[in-house]
Amino acid sequence: MKLIFNIAWTHVSSRVRQTLVGMAGVSMGVGFTIMMAGLMQGSQIDFLRQLVDTMPHITVEDERRSVPTQPAEQEYGAVQMSDIANVGRRPGIKYPESVMSSLRSWIPGDVAPSVRTTAIINHGGARIGITLTGIDPRRELQVSKLAAQMREGKLDDLSRASNGVIIGEALAEKLGLKTGNTVLLVGGQGVQLNSTVTGLFRSGLKRVDESQIYSLMGPAQVMMGQSGVVNQLRLRLTDPMMAQKVAAQVEAQTGYKSVSWQEANADLLSTFSVRDFIVLTVMGAMLLTSSFATYNIISTITHEKRADIAIMKSLGMREHAVRWIFIIEAAMIGVVGILFGWVLGYLLCYGWSKITIFNPLTGTTVPLQIYYSLMHYVAAGGISLLCCAGAAYFPARKATRVHPVEIIRGAS
Amino acid sequence: MTEVALQAVELVRRIEGTITHTLVNGVDLAVNKGEFVAITGPSGSGKSSLLYLLGLLDAPSEGEVIICGQPTSKLSESDRADVRLTKCGFVFQFHFLLPEFTSLDNVLLPMRAAGIMSEPDMRERGLALLGSLGLEEHAHKRPNQLSGGQRQRVAIARALSNRPEIIIADEPTGALDTKSTEQVFSILRDIADQGQTVIVVTHDPALAARADRRIHIVDGKIAEVMGRSGEEVVCEAAS
Repeated sequence: MKLIFNIAWTHVSSRVRQTLVGMAGVSMGVGFTIMMAGLMQGSQIDFLRQLVDTMPHITVEDERRSVPTQPAEQEYGAVQMSDIANVGRRPGIKYPESVMSSLRSWIPGDVAPSVRTTAIINHGGARIGITLTGIDPRRELQVSKLAAQMREGKLDDLSRASNGVIIGEALAEKLGLKTGNTVLLVGGQGVQLNSTVTGLFRSGLKRVDESQIYSLMGPAQVMMGQSGVVNQLRLRLTDPMMAQKVAAQVEAQTGYKSVSWQEANADLLSTFSVRDFIVLTVMGAMLLTSSFATYNIISTITHEKRADIAIMKSLGMREHAVRWIFIIEAAMIGVVGILFGWVLGYLLCYGWSKITIFNPLTGTTVPLQIYYSLMHYVAAGGISLLCCAGAAYFPARKATRVHPVEIIRGAS
Repeated sequence: MTEVALQAVELVRRIEGTITHTLVNGVDLAVNKGEFVAITGPSGSGKSSLLYLLGLLDAPSEGEVIICGQPTSKLSESDRADVRLTKCGFVFQFHFLLPEFTSLDNVLLPMRAAGIMSEPDMRERGLALLGSLGLEEHAHKRPNQLSGGQRQRVAIARALSNRPEIIIADEPTGALDTKSTEQVFSILRDIADQGQTVIVVTHDPALAARADRRIHIVDGKIAEVMGRSGEEVVCEAAS
């Protein structure tokens, strides 16, 4: 093996320029792959973090997954029923306090009640449909980051004004609203409520900032026309990734439809899967392309070294041993290229993290989010090394299959 | 009774194609240990093809090559490589030294491939071989720093490095001047005199005359076998 390394090193070290070009190719491939991976995963994680921060991890709603069984069906199981009105049911979650207390005993997180309804906000002649969520400010602190997202005012201010509401910055901008202004809310039942803007929030998600309003639970119940109702329980978990599992358990326990943040954003997450696939394909292509430089070098060396290959075989070196020489040469180029590629990748990630981008939708300037992961380095290096080995194997196999007599005769 | 180092039995080598060429056509030959055999013949007569078959560089279409009592026709390519590594040493018309390696490293190559000796022992033997061929001061030079004759002597040293039973040389003086040719042939003669078997292909009748036996090949067949003094001989082992 020492002899093989010795010959491989001699070949590589005697072609400094070619070797450096090959190493540069591998370095570029690895470096840019790490940067791409960091950038793509960073932006994705940042987006998901915003999404997870903005919404509850699990929402328990006063609905069932399937249509409830009708009394007639219960009575006459063999009879097919259709076009029968459902049994009238009072909206809301039954005994919400006892449900919450039961959930608190086992879920890894906290739970808070809320009232969710739709309304139209009127101000200065503009009418915009919004979602009104009635909250308990003290409990809200346990289940959302609304308090941290406040740009003006505090959650507690809701109880200090007459029918106080907190609205998104984007909606305030649309309607020309400021803290202290009064707006008219019109509910589905025709209930009208004059409310005072007590604060502004910004979640970072435009659709939320343009359409979400928070109030105390009382005004929201009034808008629904159902006093004392709680139609949502909102859960926040210590680990958001457990939401799907916990949601299934909550649904099994309470019978109410429990929607995890993953289920609520299934279409978005599926888009991420497609994006991940595209990104992985592009990164794989980058690494493969970078290995072409290695292929070129090994092809050139094996072509130039046909006579050496012939003589080594004629002296009694086995074919696979000769083949290993060229694979080790590629590995030498690959390993050094990967080491430089790791440094390059880190520097690129660091450089990109200093760049800020203006987002015209939110009107804010944000830095590019980079996710640093050891896995990126290991994966980029591993795939690159495999590509280099593959790039060397094929020309080496072809060259070492040459019959020594053909070369010896040709040179004589 | 003399010991046979190498034997060819009904050796045939054909190149199949639209027209089949027979390069070696039914050669029977036995070379004794320590014998110096010269193979001569006109260009295209099949003498180099026969040499490659004898050195296991090529596989016969029919027949058998027996090296030091070991039949080789059924050996795998890897086993044939092992026999070449340990039993045969090769010298070609072109030196085929690895250009990036020094003379010493080239001589050490077969020993390192065999991996039998320790590195200090290998270096000692390599330097001794180069010294015996008058190349001690060139041990650390690369092939491009040597003359044609010196390169060929390094190639001979490399062929001798694993102490092979048989030295196979294909026109080793074909690209050398007269002085170098004389040197190389003297070395090969000395090798045979020391007990190693030497089989050499040459075009030079004067040099062939210095061999113990001359085998003249025509159309892939042995046309004539001559002794050192020129008399026609019948090989005992082959008969």
